[in-house]
Parts: sequence; C-alpha cells; structure tokens
Amino acid sequence: MSAAMSFTRVPRKVQLVLAAMALAALPFMVSAGLGNTWLRVLDFALLYVMLALGLNIVVGFAGLLDLGYIAFYAVGAYVYALLASPHFGLHWPVWAILPVGALAACGFGVVLGAPTLRLRGDYLAIVTLGFGEIVRIFMNNLNAPVNITNGPKGIAGIDPIHIGGHALSQPLEIFGVTIPALVLNYYFFLALALLVMLAGLRLHDSRIGRAWAAIREDEMAAKACGINTRNVKLLAFAMGASFGGLAGGLFASFQAFVSPESFSLMESIMVLCMVVLGGMGHIPGIILGALVLTVLPEAFRHGAGPVQQAVFGQVLVDPENLRMLLFGMALVVVMLYRPSGLWPDPRHRQEFNSR
Amino acid sequence: MANGLTLGSIYALVALGYTLVYGILGLINFAHGEVVMVGALTALAASKLLLAAALPPVVVFVLAFLFAALVCMALSLVIERIAYRPLRNAPRLAPLITAIGVSIILQQLAMMLWGRSYHAMPQLLPEAAFALGGVQITVIQLVIIGVAGLTMAALLVLVNRTRLGRAMRATAENPGIAALMGVDANRIIVLAFMIGSALAALAGMLVASNYGIAHYNMGFMLGLKAFTAAVLGGIGNLAGAVVGGLLLGVIEALGAGYIGDLTGGVLGSQYQDVFAFFVLIGVLVLRPAGLLGERVAERA
Repeated sequence: MSAAMSFTRVPRKVQLVLAAMALAALPFMVSAGLGNTWLRVLDFALLYVMLALGLNIVVGFAGLLDLGYIAFYAVGAYVYALLASPHFGLHWPVWAILPVGALAACGFGVVLGAPTLRLRGDYLAIVTLGFGEIVRIFMNNLNAPVNITNGPKGIAGIDPIHIGGHALSQPLEIFGVTIPALVLNYYFFLALALLVMLAGLRLHDSRIGRAWAAIREDEMAAKACGINTRNVKLLAFAMGASFGGLAGGLFASFQAFVSPESFSLMESIMVLCMVVLGGMGHIPGIILGALVLTVLPEAFRHGAGPVQQAVFGQVLVDPENLRMLLFGMALVVVMLYRPSGLWPDPRHRQEFNSR
Repeated sequence: MANGLTLGSIYALVALGYTLVYGILGLINFAHGEVVMVGALTALAASKLLLAAALPPVVVFVLAFLFAALVCMALSLVIERIAYRPLRNAPRLAPLITAIGVSIILQQLAMMLWGRSYHAMPQLLPEAAFALGGVQITVIQLVIIGVAGLTMAALLVLVNRTRLGRAMRATAENPGIAALMGVDANRIIVLAFMIGSALAALAGMLVASNYGIAHYNMGFMLGLKAFTAAVLGGIGNLAGAVVGGLLLGVIEALGAGYIGDLTGGVLGSQYQDVFAFFVLIGVLVLRPAGLLGERVAERA
C-alpha cells in the first residue's frame, strides 16, 4: 500500500519512463525465468488485449451486446492470409495489408450494424452470434466451387511481418545483441496495443465517447438530446470491428497459419468474458481482464499436472480437464465477488448497477 | 418434414426452459444447454442400469426420464443458488459470465464422469417406421412429437390457468408488486428453474433416443439453437418459444434438403446453419421483438 502511495507522488514523466522500461524488459525476464512458451503466451496476450479493447468499444462504451465479435478478427486474419501467402501467390507488404484488413473488418462491421440498428439487448446478441457463425461457416466451405479460403484445412505458409526489410520471424542482431523473434513480435504487438489503447482512451473522453455513453444509458433520451443514434451506433460497430481486424491480421502473420477453427463462438465468448471480467468500459480493467484470462488457463495447463503429482503422488484428473474446470470456477468466483469486474471504472460503478 | 417437426419439438422443449427463466428474471441461462446434456447422459446411464434389471422397455423409458428429471432439477437448484441468486441485482452481464462459467464446469465434470467418447443410447422404443399420409415416420419420432406436444400443452395450462401460473406471470410482470400481493418471488424463480430443467431432461432423453447417442459436448450447440428459437418466437413468451422451436426445426430440415436444388447445386447442405441464421436475422430485422413478442419498453 505505502509503495503504491509513494509511487503516485513520483512525477508523471518518470512514471512513464519507468513503465516503458519495465515493458521493454518484460520479455527478456519472461523468457529467462519461464521459457519461450510463456513468451508466446505473452504475445498472444497482447493480441487479446487489442481484441478486448476493440470489443469494449461496442459492449463497454456503446452498450451493444455483441456475441459475434470474433468474426471481425477472422476477417482481418483471412485478409492477411489471402494477400500474403502462396495460396494466391500474393505477397503484399504488411503496411498495405493491415489497413486493408482493418477496412474490410470495418465494412463487415457496418454490414452487421446496419440491419440490426433497431434491435436491442438479447435480440442483438443473438443476431450478432448468428452473424459470427455465418462468417465461420462460409470460411469453412468456401473451397468449392471456387477455392477462396481453402476450407477447413486453412491457409498455411503466411508471410511473417517485414519491417524495414527484416522479417519478424527471424532473430535480429543489433550492436552485437541478438533479439529473438518472439521478442520482436512482442515489441511490435506492444506498440500497436498501446496505439489501440490510446485510441480507446481518447475515444472514451471524446464527444463520440459521451454520445456512446448516452446511448448505453438511455437510447431514447440520447435521441432526444440530438444525438444521431443511427450513425453513432454504426460508428461503434465499425470502430470495434476495425480493431478486431487489425488484431486478426497480426494473428495470421504470427501463426503463419489460419483455419476456421480459430474463430469459433467460444472465442467470441472468451473475449466478452475479458471485457466483462475486467470491468466494462474501463480500459485499464479491460487490459487486466485480457491478461488474466490469457495467462490463467496457461498457468493451469502447466500447473495442473505437476501439482497433482506433488500433492497426491499421482495424476488423478486429466490436467486438460482440470484446467478448464478451474477456469470455469474462476469465472464464477470472480463474478460473485466482483460483479462489476475486477477493476471497474470508479465513475461508472453507479450507472452499471441499474438494469 | 417429419424430421423437422421432431427436431423442432426438441428445440421447443429446450427453448421453453430459456423463456421461462428469461420471462421472470430477464436472464439468459447459458448453462441450460448443459443441463440438457446432463439429462441425456443420466437418462442413458439409468436406462442401461434398469434394462440390466430386466424391466420392460416402456417402464425403463419412464423411470429413466423421472430419474434424469430429478437429477436435473437438483442441479438447477444448485446452479441458481450459487451462480445466479447472489447476482440478482448485479450488472446485467455479470450473471451471463457466471452462466458461461457454470456451463464450462458442467461440461468438464461430464467429461470426467463419462469420458470423451460417444455413448450409445439403448433402444427403448421399437424402431418400426410407417407411412402417415405419405410421410415416412418412425415410432420414436411420433413419440417425441407427441410427448413434446402434451408437455407443452400442460405447461401452457399451468401458466395460464392455475394459481401458481398466475403468480409466475405476476412475478414476470413486476416482482416488487407481486411480492406485495403475497407471492414469494424466490419460490417462483426456483420453480421456473426446476420446471425448465425437467423439460431439459425430457428433451435430453428424447434427443438421445432419436439419434441413439449422447456425448458430453452435445449440449452447447443444442442450447444455442434452442435459445435462437426462443428469440425467434419472442423471448419471454411461452407460445413464442414453441412456434420458434418448431419453425427452426422445419427450416433446418427443409434448408438442408432443398438448399442444393435452390442454388443449382452451388451450395450444399453444409450451409444448413447459415440458412437458419439468415432466416433468424431476416425475421428479427422485420420484427425486432420476435414473431410473437410484444414490444417491451426499454427492458434491455
């Protein structure tokens, strides 16, 4: 407690520098202390941070329950896969593809948003869910009559991200120090995640952000106050979708492989859990939620077997099984003790308490 | 068409469970599909045991259902108490997350108990098929449609004609006022959960007899479809859930059968679900509150 108190008295610039140094050193500490598996987990965690921040715009800011968010992630990933892989023989540069992917996802966001403007609450949830499934089923089956997505087999051999002529899948040597590929990816993802975070923070305090909050609290009243609810809601869908598309592109390049399996409904639900568990509408909370929900299942995966071995002398329950069981319990327990999320927005705590 | 009606009756039974709870609490009980799965697997285990005791198949069918219904009711009682009741005044999405957590837990527990493999449901009813007005229909399908129809009729009578039903409708309308009139809201909510899970057990058993198998993973998709059906009909509305369920079942069966002909062979039956979801989106865009839903003012 006292350490935290004194930290807030340190000038803001010093705080920022310290935070930046910690973030820069983190991958080295993780790979030295826990190994490269955890470094990969860290990279994925950053992708999920971006996804959760994107969904937060739709669910947290504008209050539109979206259960098909992963579709936009899928669109971004497939755009990247199609434009930078041997599948069509195209190899566009990353700076061209990421905006195209985000734009495509944004287009899909509008396509989903436009017909559903009149729907609210659970009706909207089920339509977005259906939309997500439709996108996934098409990706699964668009290998005939014309092979576009290569069906359930997915697209392999996707190009890594090239920055300044260097591929992020290769280690980089600077001043005699070798930086592993996973760390390079970490820095790139971190930069983009910070960008998304900044965009989210600025949106939250902007005119649009206030319009979203107004719609979330009472759409009728917002309309009466002169907010163009149609455009503002569409904007929420479009912006959330573009962030999802961006993260999807990064995912495709990082994995070098995409298949429809990665974009199931369960993934949408996981991202929604990150948003709600972290604290809807509160950006630091969302980031915490995304990190916790990516790291926790991995920790259970690695811990479940050895701990049983140590306690009972044998593995009683299949670790994979136990991992999901503990994860489910964690979801229930956290929500029971912190119904507004782990780290809710102090200003919004009151608002969310009403139905 | 017979396939569609069979599937539709099952969807309708499960959808009623969603709608009962939603109508009273405004809560999407995401774990309901897993309750169906538990019902199917316990019914399966019970019928195997009872068959070993050399009872006649029809008796086994009834006893196995009763056992599964008891298990599911007890289960939903526990779920309601632990995961939903403490969150009744919490933000709207909090119980959704606990529901997802519960459904993960149930799936994993079922996987531990029954393993990952598919289980064969013993054949309790004769497999004979006969033509009914030019339509081929099996005894199982006939039983499913009949049992589901009777149950739904009974439920409608219960809700619309009895004292208990009136208390349920009053609580759905306004819990505070209903409590002032001497209705114990907690009792009504628990009852809604229990009726819903008994229906889920029935649906699970029927589904397992229809396909002849049960599996720890069967609940999720079934629950999803049934929820879709409930929304299609107008969630919170019992008749709507029945109509939505039957409609979805028929659309799916017909869609799977005719989509190839309709599109000149370009799209095959793998687009069956797409078809169902497009119909759903179409209906909801035209009638945002579902087919039979009333325009509820600002609840969501």
